[in-house]
Amino acid sequence: MAARRTAVTWTALGRVTLPAHLHPLRLSASSSRRCSSEQAAQQEKPPKRSPHRPEPSTTHDWIGPPNPLSNLRPIVYCIPEKESELEKRLRHLRQETEDWNHSFWTKQNISFAKEKENFIISHLKSKGLTLRDEDGRRRSLNSEEMAVFYKSFLDKNRTRHANYNKEWYRRNFTITLLMARVTLNSVWMYFTERHSSKKNSSPST
Amino acid sequence: MYKTPCSRLSGFVGVNVKQKLFQSVPRCSQTARSLIQLHRRDPSNWLTYQHLNFLKRQYVAKNSSELHQRAVPKQAPVLTLVDERDDSVERQVERIPTINPVDAVPQPEDLTSETQTGISASKPAVEDVAAQDRSHVAAVSDEAPHVHVESEEARQARLDRQWKLLKVDVSDLPDVYARLAKIKLTALVVTTAAAGFAMAPVPFDPVMFFVSSLGTGLASCAANSINQYFEVPFDSNMNRTKNRPLVRGQITPLHAVSFAVACGLPGVALLSLVVNPLTGFLGALNIFLYTCCYTPLKRLSITNTWVGAVVGAIPPVMGWTAATGCLEPGALLLGGFLYSWQFPHFNALSWNLKEDYSRGGYRMMSVTHPALCRRVALRHSLGLIALSTLAPALDLTTWTFPIISLPINLYISYLAFRFYRKGDRNNARKLFFCSLWHLPMLLLLMLTCKKSRSGGAEAAPPPAAPLAN
Repeated sequence: MAARRTAVTWTALGRVTLPAHLHPLRLSASSSRRCSSEQAAQQEKPPKRSPHRPEPSTTHDWIGPPNPLSNLRPIVYCIPEKESELEKRLRHLRQETEDWNHSFWTKQNISFAKEKENFIISHLKSKGLTLRDEDGRRRSLNSEEMAVFYKSFLDKNRTRHANYNKEWYRRNFTITLLMARVTLNSVWMYFTERHSSKKNSSPST
Repeated sequence: MYKTPCSRLSGFVGVNVKQKLFQSVPRCSQTARSLIQLHRRDPSNWLTYQHLNFLKRQYVAKNSSELHQRAVPKQAPVLTLVDERDDSVERQVERIPTINPVDAVPQPEDLTSETQTGISASKPAVEDVAAQDRSHVAAVSDEAPHVHVESEEARQARLDRQWKLLKVDVSDLPDVYARLAKIKLTALVVTTAAAGFAMAPVPFDPVMFFVSSLGTGLASCAANSINQYFEVPFDSNMNRTKNRPLVRGQITPLHAVSFAVACGLPGVALLSLVVNPLTGFLGALNIFLYTCCYTPLKRLSITNTWVGAVVGAIPPVMGWTAATGCLEPGALLLGGFLYSWQFPHFNALSWNLKEDYSRGGYRMMSVTHPALCRRVALRHSLGLIALSTLAPALDLTTWTFPIISLPINLYISYLAFRFYRKGDRNNARKLFFCSLWHLPMLLLLMLTCKKSRSGGAEAAPPPAAPLAN
């Protein structure tokens, strides 16, 4: 995700002309974004990514700084050496949820900023003012005028927000239940292994 | 580095600097002259921050050492320069899309494909910059290795921009748990419950008081943790909440839920088994109301504020029932105080967060019904006066209470009225801060005016009598 962020920035800074050999990568990347849990799976043999994003560790997750677009912190999930099916499912679900959250909030924040800007411009226009005053400073609307926008943004997106909430609750619950199962499993394994090793070791002594 | 003290003490510093400048006119005649000119030109506002800004370096140099004016400051500016540059590079890399979102929006598909290719193109550049920076820093540290000091704030900011391993450090846990349980809010809840307990017209039982406070506190911790567990992506998007432990990934969601269960179960069990089942039921009900009604309602309907007010009103009732074992008008009145108090408190708080709430998809009264928001705040502030008058009528307090609580109630009503007339940031802030001290004050006054009942006085001797025997 950090890679995505950096790249977005540089795209915004100016369209970079691409060396020809990068195009295959471009295609595969755009297709893999939609289900990046697969992308995560592919990362096990990672192509060299942005210098910011660390490689997955075998014991602990990595957490990054908040993404400037979505304000969410990206996580590089750990991949244990002997990853069980359940752990893999959990990791993929978390990665997928993270990407889903990221895309929702990126869209949300960008559209909020954009619509706010348009609202301010159109309001200033209706008052016969330009966006910047004589000294080049930005004009702004007072809080009552802005309140109209804040309300309209909420009303316009009401069902979208409600759907997001429902889906987020569902995913959050599923992740927690899976996590609980993974934890219980590993605790169970730990005890049975110790038990069996005791059994094995006790006859020898 | 010098910004904070300077801005905080700008007035004081200004006076100091002025005096010093006049003393040492030859040394810095130019600055002094310009200052005097400023002073002459417009004596009314010569002490403003902007005017003082250009004096900052002078001030620093003098303060650090009178004699080595040159030696010390020369190092410091270089270092800060590097720091700033480091920052600005990062800022450029990170922030530009937010400044210029219009570019990024129109073609989301296109954007994704370009992002990937952008990486490799950007990488050398980023590394280049980083390398430059490093060499620069190296050069500086060659010059003055011992000055490599970083302010705590800068260190925090730098660490915040890095990737971190998600390890649970046991020594961090108390702090994490405290923030997960919103320790200050929990303290407030326990205080109101304790007030409810103390106001109940029965002899004071310290053991029961301690147990019920502990139980209420644990239940509150559980409710707050569950609340944060539900809110991670929303909290990440609000300035006020973006440093909560789950947002920062300091603990996993499962860990937070386990903590909530580990607090909630013993809390409710203590309340229902040791105190009484009614109090235990109220505690469980409140956890449910807070986490399963209030939290989701925030993004569905403006009724959330009223539900939230009920949630806040229950703790003092719990305190009362813990002492008496039954619901009485006095308990409801105490709840009523808390209920009414929350409207000026929360409506004023949410007033200045309208933008964040709107972006986060919170349907708050302040955003969708601003006029109602202010009206309700005023209405309930006045309601506090009415409730105070009701207290002696219900035999809760003496008639002194409505009289001595009148000034603070009138004051909060006055601020609510100003907020009602003109809903600007400043009025909202004032009302909010007033509400912060108003409630403890009100509860304290109520305690001092508690009516010692004739019935209570008769009831008091029996428990003492067996002890005497």
